Amino acid sequence: MDDKNNKPIPLTESEAAEIRAAASHYPDPSAASIEALKIVQKHRRWVSDNNLQAVAELLGLSAAELDGIATFYNLIYRKPVGEKVIHYCDSVSCWMLGAERIREHISKRLGIGLGETTADGRFTLLPIVCLGACDRAPAMMIGDELYGDLDEASVDAILTREDRHG
Amino acid sequence: MDKPLTRNIKPDLAPVTLAEYRRSGGYEGLKKAVTAMAPAEAVATVKEANLRGRGGAGFPTGVKWSLVPQAAGQKYVVVNADEMEPGTFKDRLLMEGDPHQLIEGIAIAAYAIGADTAYIFLRGEYTLAARRLEQALQEARDASLLGRNILGAEFHLDIHLHTSAGRYICGEETALLNSLEGKRANPRTKPPYPQTSGLWGRPTVVNNVETVCNVPHILREGADWYRGLSRSQDAGTKLFGVSGRVKKPGLWELPMGTPIRELIEDCAGGMQEGYTLRGFLPGGASTDFLLPEHLDLAMDFDSLQRAGSRLGTGTMIVLDDATCPVRIVLNLERFFTQESCGWCTPCRDGLPWVVEILEGILAGRGRPEDLDRLEKLAWLMGPGHTFCALAPGAAEPLQSALKYFREDFERYLPVSPALSLRGEEHRVPLLEGERRAAGG
Repeated sequence: MDDKNNKPIPLTESEAAEIRAAASHYPDPSAASIEALKIVQKHRRWVSDNNLQAVAELLGLSAAELDGIATFYNLIYRKPVGEKVIHYCDSVSCWMLGAERIREHISKRLGIGLGETTADGRFTLLPIVCLGACDRAPAMMIGDELYGDLDEASVDAILTREDRHG
Repeated sequence: MDKPLTRNIKPDLAPVTLAEYRRSGGYEGLKKAVTAMAPAEAVATVKEANLRGRGGAGFPTGVKWSLVPQAAGQKYVVVNADEMEPGTFKDRLLMEGDPHQLIEGIAIAAYAIGADTAYIFLRGEYTLAARRLEQALQEARDASLLGRNILGAEFHLDIHLHTSAGRYICGEETALLNSLEGKRANPRTKPPYPQTSGLWGRPTVVNNVETVCNVPHILREGADWYRGLSRSQDAGTKLFGVSGRVKKPGLWELPMGTPIRELIEDCAGGMQEGYTLRGFLPGGASTDFLLPEHLDLAMDFDSLQRAGSRLGTGTMIVLDDATCPVRIVLNLERFFTQESCGWCTPCRDGLPWVVEILEGILAGRGRPEDLDRLEKLAWLMGPGHTFCALAPGAAEPLQSALKYFREDFERYLPVSPALSLRGEEHRVPLLEGERRAAGG
């Protein structure tokens, strides 16, 4: 992927415009670093080392500083991910109500373990901390969508639907 | 019973629009503040109402506001919407269901301390809340409830939504400020406190979502009314939640001081068929376990503190008799270990050590002295030894589990080391609920 030739990748115009808009909310543009990384990720699915230089320049940071920020936050992906990332909650309430069983079911159905992507590049499976949906445990997110009260049957239906759409 | 925080929230959870919010008296509190009150009067009203922070620490909100220097200059209001405490799902409802209530509260807070800029620091996973807040902010801008000369007064305010990208530590207020400045979310040394030196070194008030949502009602209805909502010395109502093996997990707005039993038995319908209550974490993952004998305690800051725990976020996690206390503690400590920012030693090194010992105990490699070691580690990670409250919070379920569920830890310890030397397996006696689940 991007990483193979170690060359900085320039931002597209729309990426740069979105980042400038986010930066306008702060007296110091570097405050938009996390939002900028999320903008790059929205367009490219993940943030490779080669994306950092252009973003850092726009925000007045060094690439190394931005790398330190990028590696700190859970939701900035530093390795390639599939089109849709499945985040299953492994925190306490979901864990008590069968999160591990749900995880095993997803793994078996898609043939992937944690941190892995399906061969067709459709789904990546990752754990996530408490999604704030404890009254609907066990819960997971796929992309921006939250799903709760999961059991094997509902997971099957959700994965079928998510696989078909978008 | 009056439920100011949730009275507008619809059964289908569709967001309350600006028109609907105004019809129910929305933005009247802000109007009263900016047209009829000096900023110091607004602070005094919140102080008099005895509103205490709903993010977990319970610090009096009016006092926090009054610590901001009155001299003119750039100041900020920051809303902590980084709801990531495991077991906590209260701010989500307020932001998704009634976003204008939050916006009005922010505007009043900004007027009270003299800020013209506010940020909502929202956790990245709350994508529905983000969409609804953006929409509500735009509605408020279009109606001149944000911007220049709000409601005809000499008061200007912009509110920006900042969406984060994960990490529990961002909920700590000084780590949040670093994160909002675009840095790694390491906590800062206190003092100075954010009220005098916060965002970019400027005076800043950081308040939790639920705290801010109380403010419009206090301004509109007055401090006496607000104090009168409560059943104890802590004022107002609060969102209380229950998750775990209860019949109806959920969230309810109840008067402060409501007994725990009413929440778990009446609201949540009690335990699921076939399960018995063994204990509960009263206010999220970082509070000490309490036992069924504590069910008649009033849910307020002081009552739970006296019982050796904390009200925390007011969202309870229920422990049933088929869930092993050692395993639940391991789940919690793995969370805290992963979410430690790594800044100070007791947290960065203490937490992985706790996890390793717990894993060893569960794998049958435990020794009696391991329990003492866990107690020492809980002390080492405790108050006064760390930069922030993450490790002390992690110590709370651990130390209380060791106190209340010691026999559950001991059941994993081999009777004698010689047993394992001879290759004989130690048979862990089953919990009541585990025996039932195994059909025995």
